[in-house]
Amino acid sequence: MSESMTSNISPKGRFPFKLKIEPRLKSPSGWFSSMLSFLAVVLALLVGAGIIAAAGGEPWRAYAHIARSSFGSVGVFSDTMVKAIPLMLTGLACTVAFRMRLWNIGAEGQFFLGAWGASLVVLAPILPEETPQWIFIIVMSIVGIAMGAIYGFIPGFLKAKLNVNEIISTLMLNYIAVEWNNYFIYDKWSEGGFQMSKVFPRNAWLPRLADYAKEIPEFRGLTVHFGLVFAIIAAVVVWLILYKSQWGYEIRLIGDNPKAAEYAGIPIARNIILVMSLSGALAGLAGMSEITGVVHRLQGHISPGYGFTAIIIAWLAKLNPFAVLLVSVLFGALILAGREIQPSGVPTMIQGVIMVFLIASDFFMRYRIYFARRKEE
Amino acid sequence: MEMVSTMDQENEVRECRNVVCMRGIVKHFPGVLANDHVDFELREGEVHALLGENGAGKSTLMNILAGLYRQDEGLIEVNGKEVKFNSPRDAIAAGIGMVHQHFMLVPSQSVTENILLGLSEPRFRLNLPHYDAVVAQMAEEYGLHVDPRAKIWQLSVGEQQRVELLKMLYRGAEILIMDEPTAVLAPSEIDDLFVTLRAMTQKGKSITFISHKLHEVMAISNRVTVLRKGKVTSSGINIADTSRAGLANLMVGREVVFRVDKNEQEPGDVILSVDNIHAENNKGLKALNGITLNVRAGEIVGLAGVAGNGQRELADVITGLRKASEGQVIIGGEDITNLSPKAGIRKGVSHIPEDRTHVGTAPNLSVTDNVIMKNYTEEPIGKGWMVNDTAATKYARELKKAFDIIVPNVHTSVRLLSGGNLQKVILAREISKKPELLIAMQPTRGLDVGAIEGVQRLLLLQREAGSAVLLVSEELEELLSLSDRIYVIYEGEIMGEVADGDIEKIGLMMTGMQMEDIRLQGEKSNE
Ligand SMILES: Nc1ncnc2c1ncn2[C@@H]1O[C@H](COP(=O)(O)OP(=O)(O)OP(=O)(O)O)[C@@H](O)[C@H]1O
Ligand SMILES: [Mg+2]
Repeated sequence: MSESMTSNISPKGRFPFKLKIEPRLKSPSGWFSSMLSFLAVVLALLVGAGIIAAAGGEPWRAYAHIARSSFGSVGVFSDTMVKAIPLMLTGLACTVAFRMRLWNIGAEGQFFLGAWGASLVVLAPILPEETPQWIFIIVMSIVGIAMGAIYGFIPGFLKAKLNVNEIISTLMLNYIAVEWNNYFIYDKWSEGGFQMSKVFPRNAWLPRLADYAKEIPEFRGLTVHFGLVFAIIAAVVVWLILYKSQWGYEIRLIGDNPKAAEYAGIPIARNIILVMSLSGALAGLAGMSEITGVVHRLQGHISPGYGFTAIIIAWLAKLNPFAVLLVSVLFGALILAGREIQPSGVPTMIQGVIMVFLIASDFFMRYRIYFARRKEE
Repeated sequence: MEMVSTMDQENEVRECRNVVCMRGIVKHFPGVLANDHVDFELREGEVHALLGENGAGKSTLMNILAGLYRQDEGLIEVNGKEVKFNSPRDAIAAGIGMVHQHFMLVPSQSVTENILLGLSEPRFRLNLPHYDAVVAQMAEEYGLHVDPRAKIWQLSVGEQQRVELLKMLYRGAEILIMDEPTAVLAPSEIDDLFVTLRAMTQKGKSITFISHKLHEVMAISNRVTVLRKGKVTSSGINIADTSRAGLANLMVGREVVFRVDKNEQEPGDVILSVDNIHAENNKGLKALNGITLNVRAGEIVGLAGVAGNGQRELADVITGLRKASEGQVIIGGEDITNLSPKAGIRKGVSHIPEDRTHVGTAPNLSVTDNVIMKNYTEEPIGKGWMVNDTAATKYARELKKAFDIIVPNVHTSVRLLSGGNLQKVILAREISKKPELLIAMQPTRGLDVGAIEGVQRLLLLQREAGSAVLLVSEELEELLSLSDRIYVIYEGEIMGEVADGDIEKIGLMMTGMQMEDIRLQGEKSNE
């Protein structure tokens, strides 16, 4: 019976060593994990290079091109940031929920509702077209955040009161959100038969750096918009909540041991609802900033899956709000590069490979792998 | 130098004729030397007790033997051959199995499924009924009574322990390590366990047994090794050559008083009054059947009874963790029946829960985060909407010092603490709040004799300071020496109340006899 206990990967006999995989007994040190992530990215790039070469391309030129098209100049870097903003906000949304081990994978849907809420202000209309810009921004933010929050509240409430699994409910709600938007762009707010609304009035656009090109010529053509300020403020707020506040302490405690939290007199149901609402609010803000900062009208395809990428970002950032900002910039760059050299599909491939390697590196964090001499057995 | 020492070791190695020989084991953890050149030998067919203070390094040493940790220095031999374990798998392959202080079972699966878990034997299709029978037969053989088809969550702690034992036996363990197995058991279950242990040694299995209860060590073991601050203070002495007091002295390095003295004191107002409480347990069965009792300020009231007769449910109802279906809980004159735990905490209720890992602490959070669990909103730790980190750390450091919690620093996750030190974290948090009412469930469980003395003193101090204390314990000795009065609970009902410490009456009531019946019998026999 005892022989059956050891895991054995290599075929028996010929090879004098065998590969053994064991769970790590203690978590490795901090530098190890950073090193590993770094190594994973480097390896991924090497593997990507191999693939490009095999496909008959020139890997280093492709990489140089990607780097140039996302970081090469102030102009493209500004575009990278534009892609990163929604990722930052949805990444923060996931961070908040994941801290309490609430698996909100509905940031995508909450993003759509935030976008819809912002559009509502212009298209319902709640405010007349000639309203001053600052009032527009404030009201659109509030409505966008509120819609996202409501859309987070629903699965939160279902979980708190009826113990409905939030993974399933948030996932389902994503589809409903997309259809909800479609209903409005196909029917209610359809502009001249196209599946999109009319363009928002200029007053309802978030300010971009380019808007100040007259005063500061260097800003000409820079598309990065006020949403970046939202994202940075949100990161600070999330950090304050999670690491400094009493509420953050409650969130951590519930995340680690709900029974202990209950015992300490912390209302769990209420916190589930609050955290899901906050998470939804952040994703809603992402939708609002995207629609008012970039798209300027309600239409389909406003997200290439920001809300899903956000899950990976939150996870890679180890739920640290500031790390979320950095990781988002990286992913923003990859998304942008993907658009730049679309036909080759290289950036998408690289993104995939990096992802696989990062996930694999997590495996190394948890397990140790080593060769054991057969003789040792 | 080196040459000589290896030669020495080799000589010793050749002499060793035990099933297990551990030589010069050293294990460092960040900030602690948990094992400092420890030697340990286990003979075939013996029960070898491992004694020592909380944090002395007992669990660490056994975790090394079970392949869970790797020693920094030293060597291990099993059956005369040197072994290097990289994981518990390797250890079990060498015939060594460990039952931990905290169980490692999957609650939603059945007993048999848990036993088979991780084995490569039933490969694709699981013929459960067949394995149920195998498990049942093995259980029979060793007197480990448990239903193979029951789900783990339905089992009592004692039954879960039997599952852990069966798991190891099924994997062919010849050497069993049990880390404080009796800490979680009721007295009758302890007797059952000892029967099992004897059955196992008769079949040639060798057992290492960690316990803080000296009378158990005296009762079951053949030899004993004592650790103190990571070092061996006495190695493999025969149990016949020693005494309880002698062992205690070896453990803590000073004389231990086994009795604490309490002063005479008039109790004050009624603080806790429980009136006709009915409630269900986790399985939805009736657990409390009309409990009525009260506790006054400045008195310790004991609740005696075999575990599982409703003590836990009663504590839960009083602290707001469980709903009562009928009846009233009044604390400090205010009806708090079925309010949230927060209501109780506000009324000054402290609660030392029975289950310290699942209820009492958050394992991955730091010592600081764990001690501020109930006052993080209060000045100076709570400041406005924030937690004042500096104040929290200072508070944690104070408690660490006052309660002698052995941990490198207060930022360490409590999951890394030794069992007794974890208990001290809970005690520190609950007692330092100067509670109006203290519900103490098994407060000394898992503590070493020295620490028990300290905790009992603390409980008496609470009493002197005017707190009302409800002490739930299975240790009659402890109940008798601390309590002013004792209620006895049996199957969710109070059998009666004893104020004179009549041990015989308590014993009878614990088996389900009503106070009235005892009195009637007494009168009859007097006539
Ligand atoms: N994984 C770990 N990481 C860091 N420190 C640890 C770890 N495991 C144990 N320790 C520390 O090593 C020391 C010895 O711990 P150990 O668990 O062996 O004590 P013990 O003798 O079993 O005590 P108890 O009777 O309280 O269970 C303690 O100070 C403990 O905090
Ligand atoms: Mg221990």
